Amino acid sequence: MTSTKRISLYAVLIICTAVMMFPIFYAFSISFMDGEEVLDGQLLPSSFSLTNYAEVFEKVPLLTYLINSFATSAIVMIGQLLVSSLAAFAFVFMKFKGRDFVFFLFISTMMIPWEATMVPNFMTVQSLGWTNNYVGLTIPFFALAFGTFLLRQHFKTIPKELYEASQVAGISRFRFFWNVILPVSRSSLVTLGIYSFLTNWNMYLWPLLVTNTESARTVQIGLKQLQTQEIASDWGVVMAGVVIVILPTLILLFAGQKKLQKGLTQGALK
Amino acid sequence: MNAARELQSVPAEEQQPSKSRFAFLEGWLYLLPSIVLFGVFVFYPMFRTIYLSFFLADQIGPFEFAGLENYHYILSSDSFQSSIKATVLFVLFTVPATIILALFLALLTSEKIMGIGIFRTFFSSTMGMSVAASSVIWMFMYNPSIGVFSKVAEWLGLPVIQWLQNPDYALLAVSLSTIWMSTGFAYLIILGGLQNIDPHLYENARVAGVSYFYQLRRITLPMLSPTLFFIVTVSFINAFQTFGQIDILTKGGPVESTNVIVYSIYKDAFINNDVGSASAQAVILFFCVLALTVLQFKLGERKVHYQ
Repeated sequence: MTSTKRISLYAVLIICTAVMMFPIFYAFSISFMDGEEVLDGQLLPSSFSLTNYAEVFEKVPLLTYLINSFATSAIVMIGQLLVSSLAAFAFVFMKFKGRDFVFFLFISTMMIPWEATMVPNFMTVQSLGWTNNYVGLTIPFFALAFGTFLLRQHFKTIPKELYEASQVAGISRFRFFWNVILPVSRSSLVTLGIYSFLTNWNMYLWPLLVTNTESARTVQIGLKQLQTQEIASDWGVVMAGVVIVILPTLILLFAGQKKLQKGLTQGALK
Repeated sequence: MNAARELQSVPAEEQQPSKSRFAFLEGWLYLLPSIVLFGVFVFYPMFRTIYLSFFLADQIGPFEFAGLENYHYILSSDSFQSSIKATVLFVLFTVPATIILALFLALLTSEKIMGIGIFRTFFSSTMGMSVAASSVIWMFMYNPSIGVFSKVAEWLGLPVIQWLQNPDYALLAVSLSTIWMSTGFAYLIILGGLQNIDPHLYENARVAGVSYFYQLRRITLPMLSPTLFFIVTVSFINAFQTFGQIDILTKGGPVESTNVIVYSIYKDAFINNDVGSASAQAVILFFCVLALTVLQFKLGERKVHYQ
């Protein structure tokens, strides 16, 4: 590449970054401003005061919401990893009647949009008494066809000889799964873990339906509440809330972007 | 979806009957958690939705068989027609733009130059942004008195637009914010696809001295077609399922101009307490997504070039 080309490529990259990152940058910037600066329409705050951050925790029980979001995302992540890896293991290492049929069932779940089934799901969860608690927010999401396919892809790369050797040595299938397969698949499990944490942290519609008490709400619903309460009055406080909510997932994404990209492409395409 | 074919081609192992019966039970045991969960939270509610769509029903349950009345009712209602129109327009506004933008960014960052990792991270960052957080930020940006769009319009001497309050612009405004939100994911997938292309192909092209655009048209895009095909399907399905940004930015208004189908289902079921009508709409949504998936697979099989 010639140096002119290189310089123009960097110029285009910087312009694109400025455009794409602007909303995030804007949110950070507003979160440090006082009311007057926001009304003036300034781009940069005059000081980095943390008043808005302190205030947002008083306006809504943000700490409770954060704990709820962390807990439910972590529970769903662990649940999805377990349930998906068990299913993927059966698909790769076991042969039995009806396996192809079950595989077809897994594929067909990907064609049913979650939103088309939300009304009966809400009724189910309500009749089980699972509203306003972690059970209702987590259990319905434990099984994941995409996660099963992603792990299946990785399990298929593990040499069959390893499995045969374990059979000869008389190790039970479950011990082989737990002590051999899971440790060697660490990287795929991490990818799926990041993906499922991100998705569940960011979930909006389901928590909106199944939580209506402050003790059960998640951060995403907290943002809606904050925005409805504070509309047109104190955008600095609202943006401080936004920043607190996006920070964990942005950090997770920055740390795991390479893994996520590799894993998602593999799970999706092969 | 080579997977299904591969599975079928595996020859059945010859085993003793008792051993195979045990393997049968054990195999199902590993699949049991998934099967139970899919049964309770995917298949049962899907059938239940279809069932409820033939009844007059509220949140407690069905109370009167109605045949196709719900379908007649929604198909002839202005509200549902405007919802279909909003959904189709929304899909057309967001999907092509998202994919073109993501493809452009991915092509820009496919070269291995210094600092490229930072740019890749930046461009994928919207994937970490929740719908609620993104929508709140965009709501502020669209604010007619203090938002950045009005400030820029003022500065350029253009008229200030009430983006979210004007029925002519609201859907466009929601679409623009959605394009921004979905670009990160599409970008990450397309970049992965680009990196999977065999570098030898480019070496040959370089030896032959072909232009960048010739190379893009004859090597990159054909080799990228499975990835593009995948991301187009996923983006279509995601666009049909849009809810969060509508709920926060416009609540389906003004004058139902942004009342996309999932929002309409939500409103009927949980605000108007008309579960029959909501179910009929959900069934229509299901068939739209299904038709789209099947169509894309059929087209995809013919047009897509697999490595």
